Amino acid sequence: MYQFNFHSPKNIDDAINLYKSCEDPKFLAGGMTLLASMKQRLIAPSDLIDLRSIKKLSEITLENNTISIGSLCSHYKIASNAIISSKISNMVKLASGIGDPAVRKIGTIGGSLANSDPAADWPAAILALSCNIITNIRTIKNNELFTNMFETCLEESEVITGINIEIPEYFNYVKFPNPASRYAVVGVAIAKYENKVSVAISGASHTPFIAKELSESLTSNFSGTIPLNTISSEELNEDIHATAEYRANLIDVLTKEALKS
Amino acid sequence: MHEMSIKITVNDKVIEKDIKPNLLLIDFLRDELSLTGSHVGCDTSQCGACMVLYNDSAIKACSILVAQLNGQKINTIESLEKDGVLHPMQEAFRNNHGLQCGFCTPGMIISAISLVKEDNNPDEETIRKYLEGNLCRCTGYQNIVKSIEAGAIKMRELGDI
Repeated sequence: MYQFNFHSPKNIDDAINLYKSCEDPKFLAGGMTLLASMKQRLIAPSDLIDLRSIKKLSEITLENNTISIGSLCSHYKIASNAIISSKISNMVKLASGIGDPAVRKIGTIGGSLANSDPAADWPAAILALSCNIITNIRTIKNNELFTNMFETCLEESEVITGINIEIPEYFNYVKFPNPASRYAVVGVAIAKYENKVSVAISGASHTPFIAKELSESLTSNFSGTIPLNTISSEELNEDIHATAEYRANLIDVLTKEALKS
Repeated sequence: MHEMSIKITVNDKVIEKDIKPNLLLIDFLRDELSLTGSHVGCDTSQCGACMVLYNDSAIKACSILVAQLNGQKINTIESLEKDGVLHPMQEAFRNNHGLQCGFCTPGMIISAISLVKEDNNPDEETIRKYLEGNLCRCTGYQNIVKSIEAGAIKMRELGDI
């Protein structure tokens, strides 16, 4: 790992000011991806601005029908939180399926979203649920955050502070994990609200995306019967782990599986 | 780049030092404190041989900076034995032949203790799932699972949960 300076600001304003004063800084959440990338010398920031000392970013609260999850909440914290388990119980399953127990203790939801890994689990869930991403300067609609592989609409010196999720009538997430990395070869998130069902897919393309026909079909008839082969394999990834056709088929298989429970 | 002063409690001993910000916890433990019980297996957060306890939870020392743990407390495998008496989980690994070459064992034992602190009566499936982040290339895991079941019972009996 190259050398860098390390800062632990106690509040968001200090973090932003530090960011603006540094040459080539990066915000650090859990570091489960960032530090690994730095160890491989893929990136070499001049400064790391650690956000973990900003206490209010690690809270989970419930107000009316909205759950607010602080961006620095670890996957483990979300998986073991009483509000989450009582209101969106299958989110516990999602959070408990990321990486391994030690990674879940340190890795955070905000870090995962800002990293915009197309095979990560949170992005699909965030896309399917009715939710907004809150930053230090604005509120971002969930469908505007992910712009490309490892890219988001976040500006320089903009930090995700939390995610506001409207509690759904039903939510589920099922993935076919790569057996070594536990990243999703394909992951399917389904969120049902009174008038709308959304199905979001991770792992299959360069960004997570909404499966339009599946979402429309389940909106008009929420059952285990779904239209098959609605997503052309031409739009999907192909790599050593799975062909595009295999991924297209997995989308149908996992959607049906998600609807069973 | 600037060195920074840190204060970290390792195995109940307070350490104040100036360090380079890019110092990983595992290198600090092994190279600067000579605590070589935590091992470097993969150095990529996969094998778990480097695990240490942070707030009773196993974390991977190869994937966290000392700077991130400034002001915090951690415990390594060296802290488990007290006055010549092994920790019940160490004893269980010994009695159940839970190791062969022993390279992964410190991480396995730290991970096992972390599990029992979260779930004091884990069944076989829970144990196997919890060991997702610990790789062993010798035992085939059978005796590791057996060791953790036995260690969990002993920890419960001793109220160490």
